[in-house]
Amino acid sequence: MILLRLAIRSLISRRITVGLTVLAIALSTALFLGVEKVRTGARASFADTISDTDLIIGARTGGVQLLLYSVFRIGNATNNITWESYEDVISQPGVAWAVPISLGDSHRGFRVMGTTAAYFDRYKYRGGQDLTLAEGNRFDDLFDTVIGADVARQLGYRIGDPIVVAHGLASFTEHDDKPFRVAGILAKTGTPVDRTVIVSLKAIEAIHVDWQEGAQSANPVSADAVRGMDLAPSAITAAMIGVESPLQVFRLQRAINEYREEPLMAVIPGVALQELWEIVGVAETALFGVSAMVVATALIGMAAMIFSGLNERRREMAIFRAVGARPGTILGLLVLEAALMAAAGAALGVALLYTGLWIARPYVDAAFGLYLPISALTPREWAGIAAVVAGGTLVGFFPAIRAYRISLADGMTIRT
Amino acid sequence: MTDPSRPTTADAIAISNLRFAWGGRRRFGLAVDTFSVRRGETVFLFGESGSGKSTLLSLVCGVNKPASGQVEVDGTDLGALRGAARDRFRAERIGVIFQMFNLLPYASPLDNILLPLHFAPERRQRCGDPRAAALDLTDTLGLSRSLIEHAPAADLSVGQQQRVAVARALIGHPPLIIADEPTSALDAGAQSAFLDLLFERVQAFGATLVLVSHDARLATRFDREVSLSDIARTHREDAA
Ligand SMILES: Nc1ncnc2c1ncn2[C@@H]1O[C@H](COP(=O)(O)OP(=O)(O)OP(=O)(O)O)[C@@H](O)[C@H]1O
Ligand SMILES: [Mg+2]
Repeated sequence: MILLRLAIRSLISRRITVGLTVLAIALSTALFLGVEKVRTGARASFADTISDTDLIIGARTGGVQLLLYSVFRIGNATNNITWESYEDVISQPGVAWAVPISLGDSHRGFRVMGTTAAYFDRYKYRGGQDLTLAEGNRFDDLFDTVIGADVARQLGYRIGDPIVVAHGLASFTEHDDKPFRVAGILAKTGTPVDRTVIVSLKAIEAIHVDWQEGAQSANPVSADAVRGMDLAPSAITAAMIGVESPLQVFRLQRAINEYREEPLMAVIPGVALQELWEIVGVAETALFGVSAMVVATALIGMAAMIFSGLNERRREMAIFRAVGARPGTILGLLVLEAALMAAAGAALGVALLYTGLWIARPYVDAAFGLYLPISALTPREWAGIAAVVAGGTLVGFFPAIRAYRISLADGMTIRT
Repeated sequence: MTDPSRPTTADAIAISNLRFAWGGRRRFGLAVDTFSVRRGETVFLFGESGSGKSTLLSLVCGVNKPASGQVEVDGTDLGALRGAARDRFRAERIGVIFQMFNLLPYASPLDNILLPLHFAPERRQRCGDPRAAALDLTDTLGLSRSLIEHAPAADLSVGQQQRVAVARALIGHPPLIIADEPTSALDAGAQSAFLDLLFERVQAFGATLVLVSHDARLATRFDREVSLSDIARTHREDAA
């Protein structure tokens, strides 16, 4: 097809302007698809993070906030719940199991979570999958820890390595008098568990025995001495609860929400996630809108580029007319040119997207705990690509119609 | 030349009572009462700049349509054809050579030569193998094959480009060749060499040639020389 070949040659002969235009379309397409990939990736990864837990309880706050800090380790609890209330709540009929969680300390940027051994049995992710140990054992000694896969990989920890827990999330004061030991390393899950240092609730209590109001007291208790003490926790951050029958979830939730001794709150993880999507949905729509505008800008830029070249291409159009081309052929050629640029831009955009995903994935994983799957294009994404090409073709009609008029007016003689 | 399907009586070009005016601010108008060119004739058309020579050629080529009157090419009244049919007619029957910038600069000379065939299926058929026909032509026009097939047309010298334009006009043997000042970009030596080639080819194919120039010295080679002012009246209307 000689016209297609000529259109491609013509584009190549203007490679700098055409290249920049295609690059702009490619970047905008990559951004557009990237937003979509991150959105679906984030949703999938959030939804996969917790399963088989019926209720999460914590101090009264927003449902989304409770879910975020207890399960996703995003943000902080403003209040704890007392151990008495916890015991009281879980002794209610219908509660099948409960796992307490205590958060607040950290280790080199990773959160430290105190819990009971039941956590390893009760925490499920991605449709009921169990946590498994890649190496070592669950904790046995008071100062044993089990670390997530990312903690082990990023800090290079092996079984038996010592770990010193820092007080709070970003502080320089460390519980260095009571070092821990890595007892087990969990297999990668793609959830925030990978980025968590798990210790026993008692250990959390033990390292804080001699702490008051954020500072260690003048008479520290040694690591050995603490073993002899009563390490029953006085407070926890949250708890995961399973019920005996799904029918009891709402009744139990209401009972906890109306608990008199202390302001408590219970959320159903799925419902809280749904709430989260509603909040995030606004931002998603905004992001989608912005990225679509960026694509539109790139396409309009392409139309402007074609427009600005029309005058110096009048000779070319006259040649086409002289050899027998109809004005409609000239219109078609310019539309074809726009479509080719849009298609090249979209194709390059997809390549950029996957390169970008491939490069950014470890960083996004490390920074946000979001493991973006590198998956094939979804029908929705294909539709987006088709929209870019269709939009480019449509936009191409504007300069093409102008060229049609010029070629009708000029004929073979170019008026200057 | 001896195609029996065509009435041999018809002239290559026959114009009668033609009236035409350009649109736009300075409406240039052209009127030709009668003008005809016999088949196989070579005609030299001259006139001063802006007198309407190119305008007349574009009417003969059917790129523009007369306001009234007839322009017949090979017995076909162009005014009676619809736009697309006129374009097709031009593609099939007429080879056009301009003053300069005849070629699509980004395409290879070969693609430039083959381009009219895309719009003219019958002319393409007449070629047999279009590529071979194009290379035959360029061989006789003294253009090397490597130059024709690979370099973009913009890399050719002006003289080479004009020869490629001749090949494009001649491919598939259209009966009418229209040349609008094809030599004015060439120096004197190149001019006469170019005309030698053009004449030789046109006569070999028995085509009709109408060549426009304002250089009267070229006229001697032609069967007939025509001054535009003798056949046409022009007027200019300077709109407010
Ligand atoms: N496409 C066009 N639209 C409007 N007016 C035109 C167009 N082409 C030519 N004209 C006008 O027609 C008139 C005659 O121009 P034309 O090109 O036919 O002259 P010419 O004899 O070929 O001149 P030259 O020797 O300079 O080529 C000019 O006044 C010009 O302005
Ligand atoms: Mg002219």
